[in-house]
Amino acid sequence: MALLEINQLHAGYGAIKALRGITFKVEQAQVVSLIGANGAGKSTTLNTISGLIKPAAGTIRFDGTDITGWRADRITRRQLVQVPEGRQIIATMTVLENLMLGAYHRQDKAGIEQDLERIFERFKRLNERRHQKAGSMSGGEQQMLAVGRALMARPRLLMLDEPSMGLAPLLVTEVFSIIADIKEQGIPILLVEQNARKALQIADYAYVLERGEIVHEGRADQLRADPAIISAYLG
Amino acid sequence: MNVTQQIVNAIWLGGVYSLFALGYALVFSVLGVLNLAHSAVFMWGAFIGLTVVTRFSLPIWLAIPVAMLGAGIIGIILDLVAFAPLRRRNAPRISQLISSIGAAILLVNIAQFAFGTQPQRFPSGTIPNQALEGLPFRITPIQVIILIISLVLMALLQYLVMRTRIGQAMRAVAFNQRVAGLLGINSGGIFQLTFFLAGALAGAAGVLYGLAYNSMTPFMGDGVALKGLTVIVLGGLGNIQGAVVGGFLVAALEVFSIAAGSSNYRDAIVFTLLFLILLFRPQGLVGQKIETRA
Repeated sequence: MALLEINQLHAGYGAIKALRGITFKVEQAQVVSLIGANGAGKSTTLNTISGLIKPAAGTIRFDGTDITGWRADRITRRQLVQVPEGRQIIATMTVLENLMLGAYHRQDKAGIEQDLERIFERFKRLNERRHQKAGSMSGGEQQMLAVGRALMARPRLLMLDEPSMGLAPLLVTEVFSIIADIKEQGIPILLVEQNARKALQIADYAYVLERGEIVHEGRADQLRADPAIISAYLG
Repeated sequence: MNVTQQIVNAIWLGGVYSLFALGYALVFSVLGVLNLAHSAVFMWGAFIGLTVVTRFSLPIWLAIPVAMLGAGIIGIILDLVAFAPLRRRNAPRISQLISSIGAAILLVNIAQFAFGTQPQRFPSGTIPNQALEGLPFRITPIQVIILIISLVLMALLQYLVMRTRIGQAMRAVAFNQRVAGLLGINSGGIFQLTFFLAGALAGAAGVLYGLAYNSMTPFMGDGVALKGLTVIVLGGLGNIQGAVVGGFLVAALEVFSIAAGSSNYRDAIVFTLLFLILLFRPQGLVGQKIETRA
């Protein structure tokens, strides 16, 4: 049984059907990437899994539990955690407060302290700015904060929505090295990216979305070598 | 005009106004809607306090927490009946505003039915009302108690919002409900907590106001309602510190215009201020409202 199993998922916004029966899965310790053009339904997929959008049909199973139609906060408490598009850090709060909010549902004080130390160790910039308002930081630092905040929830599956969007090339590299670190820790990742080249380098497996449907899937290294994928997404 | 005396009057009255306006500010900052039934909850707080003292012959220091609890519960019911159903349907803010007006009318009508429309008072001797001696101005123990309770409650609220885990959750929901959900925060629960706190503050303000003027009717919220709105516009909508500063400013304006002999115009003066603020400084006098949103 896979960690995350999406079966025939339909979802949309009013009359617009953004997802038309997609089926895919994420296995333990795996990095799975969803790639595709703007509007293909990648973010809708993540937001439906996270409970922000109610699915019209289909099922979502996480770690054996059917979580279809659950409220977002309940899903996060199950440690299925999303880093949303555009980072969405809480600009009016300090870096430290943002990180602590990531652990909002946790009770283990010692574990929280430990994770906090680890994150400050990994993200030196966040440590330097721990009492600064999050909104005053640069885009790259905010992305690190968003990832750090999600890690504070001790994710059993981390979903990243366009983590490299709007960042300078050097920072894109930095973000992907962070993702590689997380992968190395054994945390499974579902990665949505427009930068298909980078995504396929880090992923184990990938699905290609087009207009709300999965049109290709396969091992990332095979997709990287597939002429059709190269011309459409890596060209 | 005895300026010291007017400052003293403005300070204790400002305490009540701030306390009342904080409830408006709290709901506005977390939910982004104006709760126009807030003044009806204030009135209910006063009557709950009165009932505790007159019917159950309990001391006033018990009446205040009971009134806060009762008004807090009314706040939660208000949310469940007037706001939550609209929120679930993603109704526009204006419908929620109108729904709150309906709830206010209903709450006032129930109070008319339950308590009658004749002015009621706390029995004499509830709190001693001889002025304290040996001071260069006149102040009664009630006024001192009002000020102390207001300040303590404001400090507690500030602590709750800025320093506790639940306060951070409130601020997260205020910032963005979707993001709060992704952080594992149940916004529905936070909304109810917010309404409870706003109701409890209104309840405390109601009892204190009732004690200060010692005349309570189901319509006592009307005058305070618009002043409370002026206070939060003055302080910057949804700004907690702003509501406190605004409360004292509006009280000062009112007290000084009475002392200057224009008591007939005191409301006109307060609302002229409201108008001017809306024209020239719509973000409120206390700047950076985003920084301090609850």
